[in-house]
Amino acid sequence: MAKRIDVSGLSAYYGSTRAIEDISMTIEPRSVTAFIGPSGCGKSTFLRTLNRMHEVIPSARVEGKVMLDDENLYGSNIDPVAVRRAVGMVFQRPNPFPTMSIYDNVVAGLKLAGVKKKSVLDGVVEKSLKGANLWNEVKDRLNKPGAGLSGGQQQRLCIARAIAVEPQVLLMDEPCSALDPISTLAIEDLIGELKSQYTIVIVTHNMQQAARVSDRTAFFNLAGVGQPGKLVELDDTPRIFSNPSVQATEDYISGRFG
Amino acid sequence: MSTVTATASPSEPLVRRELTTARLPKWAPLGTSVLAITLGCGIGAGAGLGSHLQWGLISAVLFLILSYALAAKVEGRRQAKDRFATSVVWVAFILAVVPLASLTIYTIQQGIGVVNGNFLSHSMKNVISSGPGGGIYHALLGTLEQVGLATAMAAPIGLMTAVYLVEYGKGRLAKVVTFFVDVMTGIPSIVAGLFILSLWNILLGFDYSGFSGSLALAILMMPVVVRSTEEMLKLVPNELREASYALGVPKWKTILRIVIPTAIGGITTGVMLAVARITGETAPVMMLVFGADFINSDPFNGPQQSLPLYIWQQYALVNNDFGYARAWGAALVLIAFVMGLNLIARGIARWRSPKSGH
Ligand SMILES: Nc1ncnc2c1ncn2[C@@H]1O[C@H](COP(=O)(O)OP(=O)(O)O)[C@@H](O)[C@H]1O
Ligand SMILES: [Mg+2]
Repeated sequence: MAKRIDVSGLSAYYGSTRAIEDISMTIEPRSVTAFIGPSGCGKSTFLRTLNRMHEVIPSARVEGKVMLDDENLYGSNIDPVAVRRAVGMVFQRPNPFPTMSIYDNVVAGLKLAGVKKKSVLDGVVEKSLKGANLWNEVKDRLNKPGAGLSGGQQQRLCIARAIAVEPQVLLMDEPCSALDPISTLAIEDLIGELKSQYTIVIVTHNMQQAARVSDRTAFFNLAGVGQPGKLVELDDTPRIFSNPSVQATEDYISGRFG
Repeated sequence: MSTVTATASPSEPLVRRELTTARLPKWAPLGTSVLAITLGCGIGAGAGLGSHLQWGLISAVLFLILSYALAAKVEGRRQAKDRFATSVVWVAFILAVVPLASLTIYTIQQGIGVVNGNFLSHSMKNVISSGPGGGIYHALLGTLEQVGLATAMAAPIGLMTAVYLVEYGKGRLAKVVTFFVDVMTGIPSIVAGLFILSLWNILLGFDYSGFSGSLALAILMMPVVVRSTEEMLKLVPNELREASYALGVPKWKTILRIVIPTAIGGITTGVMLAVARITGETAPVMMLVFGADFINSDPFNGPQQSLPLYIWQQYALVNNDFGYARAWGAALVLIAFVMGLNLIARGIARWRSPKSGH
C-alpha cells in the first residue's frame, strides 16, 4: 500500500510571504526519507503540503504539483479530507484527544468516519497499538484517558492513531523532539519496523537520528532571514553524511553553521 | 605596594549579603488580627458607636496598620510592604464575603420557617393576601417554564454563534456579529422587555404569556452564552483540530466531535451561569408575563407568575407581615434554585473536563 510521492515545482505561501520555493523531489515507497536543515527553512511547511494540511492555516496557499503515484494531490477534483486519510501525520508535540480513552484515541479516525462495529474496532486497536510498540504497556488500561500516559507513550499513541486509519504515507514532524532518549529510541525502532509497509517522511533536528533511521536524506536551506527555503540536495543517507555534493550540506552536517 | 594609602573600607558591600533575616512567627497574622479586632471592638464600644459596621472598619484599619508596623519593626521594610499587601487582600476578601454571607444567612433565617410542603405545592388562588397561607407553586412552575423556554432558544443560538465566530468567522460578517453581541451584552433588562412588548405584544398583537417573557429573557441570555462559549472554544488547542484533520476528519465533524466535547464542561458552566442570571430578572417579566395568582401551566396562553415577580408583589404590594413572610420564603427558594444550578454546573464541568488520568 505504500506509495511514491513525486513533487515538482512546489512553492508554499503564508499570505504574501513565500516560505518555500520551487521544490522538486521524489520520495520512494517503503523507505524512510529524512528532512534536515536549519530552523525556519520550511521543513514543516513542506511536510504539511504533502497532505494538504498547509491550507488549514488561514490565507496559506500552495503552488505546484504533488503526485501520489499517479494522482495530483492538488488536482481540481481532489478532496483534501480524503488526501489526509491516505497521508497520515504525527506532530512534534504529542496531542492525544484529552476527552478520549486510549482505546477511543486509537480508533478516533475510524469512529469519526462511521465505523461502528465493536469487533472491527477491537481488532484495529490491538493491531495499531502493537504496530506502535505500545500494546504491552497499555493493554490493561485501554479505558483510561490517553492524556495520563508519559510523553513517549503519548507519542506512540499518536502514531497508533495515525496508522489505525491505514494511510499509505506517514509524515512525522520532529516526533522525538519533546521526548527523552529512551522514548526516542523506542520511536526510532518503530520507524524501522513501519517502513516495510509505509512511505515514511521524518523531519528531524537531530543529525544522528537522520543517519540512524533514514534511507535517504534531504537537506533544506535558506539564503537568509526572510528568504524562502529551498531544497539543497536529496541523496542516499550514507552519501549525504560522508560525501555530500554541495558544500553547504557539508558545512551544516559538520556543524559549521545552523 | 605600601604606597597605597588607606581607602574607604573595602568590606562594605553595596547590597546586603546575609541569607537569614529576622522573621515573625507563623501565627503573627492571626495574632495581629485578633489584637486588631479586640482593639477595634474596644474602641467602638468605648466611643459608643452604634453600628457594628463601624467597629469592623476600625478593626480592619487597625489590622492593616498593625501588620505593617510590626513587620517593619522586626523584618524590615521590604517584608513589611509584602505583609501590608497581603493584609489588604485579606481585608478586601472579607469585605466581599461578609455581605454575601450575611445575605444568605438572613434569607435563610427569614425564609426557613415559611418554606414547607404546603408553601411549595399551593398557589395564591383564593388566598386573601392580607392573611396567612398560600404558596409559590404557580410562581415556581412559571419560572421553570419561562427560564426553560428562554434557555431552549438562547443556548443553541448562542452556541452556534460562538462556533461560527471562533471556527469560521473571519472578515466583515464576524466583526458585525461580534459588535452586536457586545451591544446586546449591555442592554438593560427593562429595555429588552420593552422591545418584546412593542414588537410581540403590541405590533404582532399577542397576549401576555410566559413565552413572551421568555423571549425577553432569551435576548438577555444570548450574549452571555456567546461570550462564555467563545472563550471556552478559544481555549481548545489548535493542535487537537489539526490532529483531527490529519486523520481525515472533515471540519464540521472535528468541531462537533472533538472541539465541542473538549470544551463542553466550560460551555455548560457558562450556560448555567447565564440561566442563573436570567432566573432573577424581574422587570421584563413584570411587563410581559404580568403575574397571576393562580396556576397557569401553559406558558403560551395568558398571564403566569414567576418567582422574582412574586417576591416583589408580596413585599411591595401586599406589604404586611404575611406578605413579607411569603416573599422571604420565595426568596429562599429562588436562591436555593440558583445555587443548585451553580453546583450542577460545577459538577458537570468537573465531570466532563478533559481527564489527566491521575
Ligand atoms: N502559521 C504560519 N504563519 C506564517 N508564517 C509561518 C507560519 N508557520 C511558519 N511560518 C514561516 O514559514 C517559514 C518556515 O517555517 P517552518 O516550516 O516552520 O520551518 P522549520 O520547520 O524548518 O523550522 C518560517 O519563516 C516561519 O516563520
Ligand atoms: Mg518545524
